[in-house]
Amino acid sequence: MNVVTNNKWIGQRTIRPDGVDKVTGRAAFAADTNMPGMIWGKVLRSPHPHARIKSIDTSKAEALPGVKAVVTARDIVDFPVDKSVMLGIQDMRWMCRNVMAREKALFPGHPIAAVAATSEAIAAKACELIEVDYEVLPWAIEIDDAIKPDAPILHESLKFEGKPSNIAGRLEVKKGDVAEGFKQAEVVVERTFTTRPVHQGYIEPHACLVSVAADNKTTIWSSSQGQFMVRAMTAYLTGFPQSDIRAIPAEIGGGFGGKTIVYLEPLATLLAKKSGRPVKMVMTREEVMRATGPTSGSKSTVKIGAKKDGTIVAAQGTFYLQAGALPGSPIRGAVGCSFSPYDIPHVLSVGFDVLSNRSKVAAYRAPGAPIGAYAVECVLDELAEALKMDPLELRLKNAAKQGTKAAHGPVFPRIGYIETLEAAKAHPHYTAPLGKLQGRGVASGFWFNAGGESSAQVNITEDGNVVVTTGHPDIGGSRAAIANICAELLGIDYRRVSVLIGDTATVGFSNLTGGSRVLFASAMVVTQSTDKIIATLKERAAKIWEIDPEAVKWENGAAHPASPNAGEFPPLTLAELAAKAPAMGGPIGAGVQLNTEGAEGGFGTHICDVEVDTELGIVRVIRYTAVQDVGRAVHPSYVEGQMQGGVAQGIGWALNEEYIYRKDGKVDNPGFLDYRMPVCSDLPMLDTVMVEVPNPKHPQGVKGVGEVPLVPVMAAVANAVHNALGKRFYALPMSPPKVLEELEG
Amino acid sequence: MTELRYLAPSSLDEAIGAFAAAGSAARILAGGTDLLVQMRSGVLKPGLIVDIKKIAEMTAIEETADGGFHIGAAASGMALAEHARFGKVWPGVLEAVNLIGSKQVQGRASAGGNLCNGSPAGDSVPAMVAAGAIVTVQGPNGRRQMKVEDVPAGPGRTNLLPGEILVSFTLPPRPKGSSDAYLRMIPRTEMDIAVVGVGVSLTLKDGVCTAARIGLGAVAPTVLLVEAAANALIGSKLDDAALNAAAAACSAACRPIDDKRGTITYRTKVAGVLLKRTTAIAAKRAQEN
Ligand SMILES: Cc1cc2nc3c(=O)[nH]c(=O)nc-3n(C[C@H](O)[C@H](O)[C@H](O)COP(=O)(O)OP(=O)(O)OC[C@H]3O[C@@H](n4cnc5c(N)ncnc54)[C@H](O)[C@@H]3O)c2cc1C
Repeated sequence: MNVVTNNKWIGQRTIRPDGVDKVTGRAAFAADTNMPGMIWGKVLRSPHPHARIKSIDTSKAEALPGVKAVVTARDIVDFPVDKSVMLGIQDMRWMCRNVMAREKALFPGHPIAAVAATSEAIAAKACELIEVDYEVLPWAIEIDDAIKPDAPILHESLKFEGKPSNIAGRLEVKKGDVAEGFKQAEVVVERTFTTRPVHQGYIEPHACLVSVAADNKTTIWSSSQGQFMVRAMTAYLTGFPQSDIRAIPAEIGGGFGGKTIVYLEPLATLLAKKSGRPVKMVMTREEVMRATGPTSGSKSTVKIGAKKDGTIVAAQGTFYLQAGALPGSPIRGAVGCSFSPYDIPHVLSVGFDVLSNRSKVAAYRAPGAPIGAYAVECVLDELAEALKMDPLELRLKNAAKQGTKAAHGPVFPRIGYIETLEAAKAHPHYTAPLGKLQGRGVASGFWFNAGGESSAQVNITEDGNVVVTTGHPDIGGSRAAIANICAELLGIDYRRVSVLIGDTATVGFSNLTGGSRVLFASAMVVTQSTDKIIATLKERAAKIWEIDPEAVKWENGAAHPASPNAGEFPPLTLAELAAKAPAMGGPIGAGVQLNTEGAEGGFGTHICDVEVDTELGIVRVIRYTAVQDVGRAVHPSYVEGQMQGGVAQGIGWALNEEYIYRKDGKVDNPGFLDYRMPVCSDLPMLDTVMVEVPNPKHPQGVKGVGEVPLVPVMAAVANAVHNALGKRFYALPMSPPKVLEELEG
Repeated sequence: MTELRYLAPSSLDEAIGAFAAAGSAARILAGGTDLLVQMRSGVLKPGLIVDIKKIAEMTAIEETADGGFHIGAAASGMALAEHARFGKVWPGVLEAVNLIGSKQVQGRASAGGNLCNGSPAGDSVPAMVAAGAIVTVQGPNGRRQMKVEDVPAGPGRTNLLPGEILVSFTLPPRPKGSSDAYLRMIPRTEMDIAVVGVGVSLTLKDGVCTAARIGLGAVAPTVLLVEAAANALIGSKLDDAALNAAAAACSAACRPIDDKRGTITYRTKVAGVLLKRTTAIAAKRAQEN
């Protein structure tokens, strides 16, 4: 391991800046802000999976005393379906139809209208008074039903192979010639897998408060993964200029990708504009489950061929991912990431974006990658079995390394995949004895990670302390890590650094908290800002000492003469220089804005032990070790937290989480009671091993760490179940009734 | 919007008076862990809530001179857990009550609420049925007693008459060599609703089962007393043949539905598996008594 030891704060488990507020309940989440004169917004949602909206009559609702405004799709800016308008990876054609049904209601829970009234109860009552004339249409929920020849078509204008289709897109990644490759193979394994859509499961439901002044100046308080995304999407959908909108990020109670788009903010803005009153909207858990997220369900076929010695010669994957009712499933993650851990000469990976009458998917931790990895890593397990090879050995033999050309395009620089395999192999967990009906599985995973736009402002206070403002909602402990970095650079105690998240009016444009990019990108802009400040501090000391700035060094929070021949002066501390600032050129501060580059992909390798109760079909995870190349663990606790959280979510995905549909096309389990995410007692201690192979393109060596840990989990669990039972499962979740059925069948 | 009235009387008569007068718009509030959830989700919109927790008899836990127990209908799971003797005599009933929800829920949830909520999956009910509990109910026409298994009428319904309140459970004295146990199948380890629940109460004499009662939950519209399964155990040494017969009787008694919590096949199978496991625990405890 590559541990840098001479750091004082980087790598320390310092107290997080937002910790006290969170444990004492003072932290303000989206639903915690109120305003005088505030009223309540509620959404009327479609009861039908698929229906043409013939008319909407809101007159009775508007006549109800206490109702102040009603909006429908007519109030929202229309983006015609034939012209794409992109904002990041989101297409506003689909976004405008997701926040409010336009021509058709496309899933049960699809917003039809929104009402603002003086109380939540009146708003709810008003929703009941809205009369909608629906022409109910046939619908399709599952992939096979949506792609069969006579399937009901969701969007007539979308064509695949020349015909209206529910296949909204196709993506292909290709390297070499797979047909040739498979000819060289001596052992080939091909399998088909299915997974179910799973929700991100953040604790905090979507919520916002919006105030629109008479001159249209708008303030939005909401919980999201990007205040600038909230501003831009709201501007697009309402027609307000971005400069009129100030989006203030609340503390966020989890997002996992699910809060990278808006649902309520444009509606609340229009309601606030119409009513002249601040409007608050808070989703119920049921609304969250019916109408937000999840990630795709999938059907994947993966074929891998190898020589008898374990050299993989060809790999092919076909991935059908559910988009929900509007295009945009994360096929890129499935197609692009699945084979990336391996050096394979011939690869063909194809993805299809499949529409059906369920809520539109949203990003979920390494979107698409866990789905692809599940299929690929399970096939590799079978391949290892067929070759009589240790599954980690098979991976080591074929592991991508510096110089490998990944199937999805890039040539890898120095990466740490092999290190994760070696650490897993050497870990005592890998060779620990197993009991009866227990089994062990391994799997690896890759995620792209991302750079992109970030801004920061670092200011020195008059008393010589530091305030850092960045533009990213902090979901994973990024403020704590930034404090460590800034304190390290300045050579001061981390408690002297305050790290805040600015709003869209107080900090420069910063892209989403997503793609595991935040610490990577914000550490870059904070580092450059801090370096500028240090340069200023050195200049000022030089002026005071009347020496050359080059002859000054910054160390331990103070300016010192760089060497004895620069002269003999007592050090000038940050506090002293701050106190002298007015006379020495004014306030000390610096801001940097960058479109950051150099984010490197991340790799993980996981070991999972399960025990199966074969009479009840219950699979319990009894031991778990996640190994990951984390680049540089600036704040180890939050890196470990990310790894453990990803694993916990993957175990839920593997074992119990699924939407259960009723015959009428509606979700039957829209709450945490029957949508079974793991609870604490379901999980063992999730062990983590951080391998540090620093990113050469980053000042602190940072790589994204937040998404990789979800990628290998389902395959690791499935491979462990196979090892315990000698039986393979090709469908998730491996819930008790399904496991028992399989065992008896 | 509808008005909601809340009353917290200190006497049973007062409670029954108000409850009966308000008719079907009224609801009894014990711990509220079902009632408040149903109100918040919009399933229920009562006009009057009668909180019975201020009535002493409703929360009392009393061991009688003959070794039986009276448990107030609104006594919380935590109060039962903290009782010095109850868990020693009725470990199965206690573990069933304590399985309800979490620590926080335990501070409020009652066995009376669990029974009157009428869910076929209520955890304490099969254990109470196995225990042979008798309930006392009181209404405008006075007091009466019922077998606990006669209280549920179907999902969400009971056989209490209009205006009647469940007052207490009475558990019989225990002969030597008796004990009980409760197990449920849930996909997770807690915070879940039973897919199948089995309560077993039995008495062993010289290794022979001389008495047994079996309650089976979540496999029919109401919790079942499975006499055929008990009969398979009585007279046996709880050998494999007897256990298999009892398990088969449990599976045969199932009339479950396919729903989001489990399939018909799964529930039927699991009922038998749990019967064997629960019996083993009850027998082990009985031998130690
Ligand atoms: C998070 C959570 C987890 C849960 N987990 C479980 C679980 O694991 N297992 C389980 O079985 N249940 C579970 N429940 C449901 C609930 O906690 C139990 O059914 C509990 O026993 C209800 O008791 P209570 O005192 O809170 O009832 P209340 O909610 O007060 O009442 C329930 C119903 O019974 C009626 N009622 C109550 N007392 C009387 C009376 N004396 N006479 C007449 N009618 C009466 C009420 O009017 C109401 O209709 C859970 C609930 C929550 C919120």
